[in-house]
Amino acid sequence: MTNSPSTAPLLDVRNLSVQFTTRGGTVTVLDDISFTLERGERISFVGESGCGKSMTALALMGLLPAMGRVSGGQVLFKGEDLTTASPARLRRLRGNEISMIFQEPMTSLNPVFTIGQQISEVLRLHRGVDNAEARDRSVELLQAVRIPDAAARVDDYPHQLSGGQRQRVMIAIALACEPEILIADEPTTALDVTVQAEIFALLRDLGAKLDTAIILITHDMGAVAQMSERMLVMYAGRRVEEGQVANVIKAPAHPYTRGLIACVPHITSDVGALVDTLPEIDGIVPPITRFGRDECLFAPRCAKAADECWSAKPQQSDIAGHSSHSVSCWHPFGTEGSR
Amino acid sequence: MKPAADSAPRRGAEIVDKAQHPLREMVVIFLANRAAMVASIVLSIVVLAAIFGPMLHPVDPFEMVWAPFTPPGQDGFVLGTDYLGRDMLAALLNGGRVSLTIGLVAALMSVFIGISFGALAGFYRGLVEEVLMRITEFFQVLPTLLFSMVIVALFGASLEVVTIAIGVVSWTAVARITRAEFLRIRELEYVTASRAAGASNVTLMTRVILPNALPPIIVQAALMVGSAILFEAGLAFLGLSDPNVVSWGQIIGSNRPYILDAGFTVTIPGLAIFVTVLSISLIGDGLNDALNPKLRAR
Repeated sequence: MTNSPSTAPLLDVRNLSVQFTTRGGTVTVLDDISFTLERGERISFVGESGCGKSMTALALMGLLPAMGRVSGGQVLFKGEDLTTASPARLRRLRGNEISMIFQEPMTSLNPVFTIGQQISEVLRLHRGVDNAEARDRSVELLQAVRIPDAAARVDDYPHQLSGGQRQRVMIAIALACEPEILIADEPTTALDVTVQAEIFALLRDLGAKLDTAIILITHDMGAVAQMSERMLVMYAGRRVEEGQVANVIKAPAHPYTRGLIACVPHITSDVGALVDTLPEIDGIVPPITRFGRDECLFAPRCAKAADECWSAKPQQSDIAGHSSHSVSCWHPFGTEGSR
Repeated sequence: MKPAADSAPRRGAEIVDKAQHPLREMVVIFLANRAAMVASIVLSIVVLAAIFGPMLHPVDPFEMVWAPFTPPGQDGFVLGTDYLGRDMLAALLNGGRVSLTIGLVAALMSVFIGISFGALAGFYRGLVEEVLMRITEFFQVLPTLLFSMVIVALFGASLEVVTIAIGVVSWTAVARITRAEFLRIRELEYVTASRAAGASNVTLMTRVILPNALPPIIVQAALMVGSAILFEAGLAFLGLSDPNVVSWGQIIGSNRPYILDAGFTVTIPGLAIFVTVLSISLIGDGLNDALNPKLRAR
């Protein structure tokens, strides 16, 4: 079952499904998610809140909440299925080969330890280095994430740092063991716009330097364009569209993707032109109890919805003319000639 | 901190250094609390007296040295003598050693049991939590004095058994506080972040969650030293403490029949207990203010 390492992708997620067991019964929060990630590649997961982006990341790390479980599919990391890996094996992978940074840098660091201690902790855990070496390495890492005066700041506590600096420290911790994959779950949502660009530049540079693949989870189309080569649009626990960022943004095939892109004013409208109404996608993400039904879950919000949309789940199909651009929709744009 | 960093000030250093370690901020708040400061001084005197007193005043507290019921200050006896003509000062100093030791050890013991139960229950939830918290509730509803009396009656009235008996009946509050803190902290993002960095459950419990859960536990532990001293006094008063050592409660208990003839024999150890426990309570209060961020003036 394991392909030779040279041809197999770094990460191969096949038909991953995740179910939550709640008091109201079992709900499917991730429905048949598949994607691959090559070494050093950057991919973005895009979608509204509650679409399963973060849940996909947690499923990859084996960090699903207690009520959740992988109900089907595989997560092949270098050919090894992580959904059946032992907890000890997952612990060795986490922070070492697969790392994650979170949305809230203000609360992602332990308030009672210095940042140096927190970077050292992960080095000691996975690299078995002694205290002096861990400290030296911590200073190097702080320099790498461009914290000024790193040798002095290494003894600072998290509350002495700004939000952007804390996110840099999180990145330093995540990259301390030079992982193969870095999952960034909305890393800049809580930060100032000016800081956002710096963090993205830092992630891009360090990712390229360490040949680390980056999975960026976001709802910010601007971030997608800055950060990734490929994007995967998720809706209600399903993958609705996937392709090269340039292709998808230029010619979105799924009505949902089209709606998301239309919601970003500066991509579609002229700068300076007055926009009377900002475009939006009507309606909301369906309640989680509807996830996993055999119908198009976007149908209630879709102008093109027809009978088949309500009666069966659309299958994934490739879009002619674009390699690796695929969509799951009964009536994708482009088939009848996009505008 | 490195002195080198101070000689070469960096940008914003004067702001940053004021709020160095959260612990230092805590000490500053504690020092500003006048009641807690006075209590600390009083308690220090009591502790020093208990440690060095018996050396400076080397009189056997069990030895009859003078006529019974000598009032304080008379015939060179600072605190007088008790009903058997034993030196009250010697009894008080030696008794302080025993009372404080029992209070400290019993409190440490209940903190240890309480943290173990609370941490496991709060971290693992589910069945573990159910079982551990039912056990905690079982101990909580037992009448504590009666239960410790049974333990002492069963295993003999030695110092160790009395200490264990007090520890065993008073850990439930710590367990509940620890569990509550663990339930709160385990959901915080830095715990998830540590998990994502590969931390094991043991690491998460001991190195990530526990240090953040400590403040209310420290407060409770401080208050528990006081209540353990009271508890020991209660047992000793009832004659259930080790008869081979003097403790404050035991002095009160043995002089009880003569309370109307020689009130000082009961009043003096009573005052010692009162002052000590009050000091500990005030210190606990001060710690609570210093450790509880919600009460901090910004």
